Amino acid sequence: MSAATKAIEAGHIWTFPGGIHPPERKDRSNSTPIEVLPLAKQFIVPIKQHSGPVGDLLVAVGDNVKAGQPLTQVGINNALPVHAPTSGTVSAIGPGRIAHPSGLTDTVITIDADGNDEFYSFAPLADYTSLSRAELLDRIRQAGVAGLGGAGFPTAQKLALQRPLDYLIINGVECEPYISADDRLMREHAQTIIDGTEILLHIAGCEKALIAIEANKPEAIAAFEALLPNYPQLALRVVPTKYPSGGEKQLIQLLTGRQVPSRGLPIDVGLVMQNVGTAYAVAQAVLNGKPLIERVVTVTGDNIAKPGNYWVRIGTTVAELLNQCGFEPVADSKQEQRVIMGGPMMGFTLPDLDVPVVKITNCILVPSNQELAPAAEEMNCIRCGACADVCPAQLLPQQMQWLAKAKDYDGLEQQNLFDCIECGACAYVCPSEIPLVHYYRKAKAEIRNIAREKAKAEVARERFEARQERLEREKQERLERHRKAAEARKKAQAEAVAQGGDNPQDAVQAAIARAKARKAAQAAAAAKQNQEGDDE
Amino acid sequence: MTVVTALIVLGVLALAFGLVLGFAAVRFRVESDPIVDQIDALLPQTQCGQCGYPGCRPYAEAIANGDEINKCPPGGQATINSLADLMGVEAKPLDAAHGEEDVKKVAVIREDECIGCTKCIQACPVDAILGAAKQMHTVIAHECTGCDLCVEPCPVDCIDMVPVPVRPDNWQWDLQQIPVKNVESSH
Repeated sequence: MSAATKAIEAGHIWTFPGGIHPPERKDRSNSTPIEVLPLAKQFIVPIKQHSGPVGDLLVAVGDNVKAGQPLTQVGINNALPVHAPTSGTVSAIGPGRIAHPSGLTDTVITIDADGNDEFYSFAPLADYTSLSRAELLDRIRQAGVAGLGGAGFPTAQKLALQRPLDYLIINGVECEPYISADDRLMREHAQTIIDGTEILLHIAGCEKALIAIEANKPEAIAAFEALLPNYPQLALRVVPTKYPSGGEKQLIQLLTGRQVPSRGLPIDVGLVMQNVGTAYAVAQAVLNGKPLIERVVTVTGDNIAKPGNYWVRIGTTVAELLNQCGFEPVADSKQEQRVIMGGPMMGFTLPDLDVPVVKITNCILVPSNQELAPAAEEMNCIRCGACADVCPAQLLPQQMQWLAKAKDYDGLEQQNLFDCIECGACAYVCPSEIPLVHYYRKAKAEIRNIAREKAKAEVARERFEARQERLEREKQERLERHRKAAEARKKAQAEAVAQGGDNPQDAVQAAIARAKARKAAQAAAAAKQNQEGDDE
Repeated sequence: MTVVTALIVLGVLALAFGLVLGFAAVRFRVESDPIVDQIDALLPQTQCGQCGYPGCRPYAEAIANGDEINKCPPGGQATINSLADLMGVEAKPLDAAHGEEDVKKVAVIREDECIGCTKCIQACPVDAILGAAKQMHTVIAHECTGCDLCVEPCPVDCIDMVPVPVRPDNWQWDLQQIPVKNVESSH
């Protein structure tokens, strides 16, 4: 065993560069148990809630569905299905506003709840070790489990990557301020999370899992400490409170001292990471056959009367959720009330409240303007360098900002823009209120767009060249055909002449001669007439 | 005598190098001018002919022979800038005589009006229209470069150039935050 592995086993905690300590404000929502809210009357289920292709529709308008019934299927493109959050009738399928910073629309399935909340029949599994790895992966995929930590990457796809793994890391860090959904889940459902972790270990073919929890969650740590002595293959790691410790690459550095290569994946350094919420969902999917139709959402902020954590069915609109939690908009009507999906660091402001809660929604934040000041006007960069000090990826935010403003995309790639995890630490410390992360996101989108256009241009050129080649070939073939036909004709004539028949060429020559004679005769006649006319 | 030796030596050397160079010219012959390939790689490959040449490659050849670099409206200013970089000339604004920079579009055939004349199929430079004589035609949207060449030949004017819709996956982050609207409580 190498020294590094020994240190990991001994529970050494490394550190990562940069990071910030914003006010946590988690105590508002983490002191009460997770509540179950009354069912909404209408649910809006976007068919794309994860990264990757979408499944084909399985339902039509007017169909009756039960809770947990798949609405889209895995299909040939290995998509992730979505499921009906409750029983009711599909009342519409079409474009609807989705939970995306663009405020654009995508296909959504609207379900009018019948209030009975009847469940689709699920098949529980007594012994998951009796199934093969592929069958377990399929079970997780069919249940629509995507990473609940934020990016929404299909869990089965992540687990299907085959590489020797040293550790599975279960991420319960939850470093973003305000959010306590994972905290409450760990306190109340530690056993289910451990069950899920064991299943994940079994599927990944991995020996050991590290469960990481931030030091500011003593109750969650206690809950795991009470259970873990029975599970020798699981180890608890308490990481110091710092934002963004919960970032995938940052947490890997904290727990193992390894660095994920630029543009690489954790699996490149022999690790795979799953969120605690995902581990819970995997346990539900594999053991109970229950698809992902609800998740814990933190609803918090100064303008919420009843902040806390709630089991929310996927597809519940934010408006409905806020009504249940006692939403009090700012008293001063001149000020605008922001509603943020996600946390204050990485979340985005919602364009309106009709957007639904989706698989990756961990928090709805309704702040007052005192606690979270609205974005102030951007001022000039004073080159203080505070952003570079806090960057957890050791990038140069200031330099990248200049390059992004100059649209120097090659320069940005040289500065490793794509290693930016968009944690927002640089923008948080910027004294000039520069929305740095916005610049990076825009530049990233632009670079991706350029790459896409380039790939498209390449295809177009190939098609153009193929077409030119085809036209040229067809022209040659036509000429060749004509030539052959002419040759065949000549040959036939030659044969006919050889056999003593009339040469068709002779007939042509004779006809030409006749025509010439006629013309000459006409000319002679005309001349004669003219002469006669002159004579008179 | 020494003069003759020197002449012979130099003559033999010249012959040897001539042979080497001659062999190299045949053996390592470059099929096409690499600068044309480089220019062609920068052009947007819409094959629209707005530059006055029948496709992007002919225009690339023309640029290599000294033509202006600002004749490509689909590429726009970005293409002009990168061409200026490559050719070592001054970037200039797009020549308005060849058209204006426009949003990306894609051709769509109104299928119930199509008479199946195949004229658009013959016009399409990238074979992105599917159909046969007296059969309905349709555009393979993801292969269409938006070159506009099929619109003119259509005898029944059933082809529209539609702007490519913005979807969440090709949406550009806006530096201006989403306009936040005042949210009312329904209590």
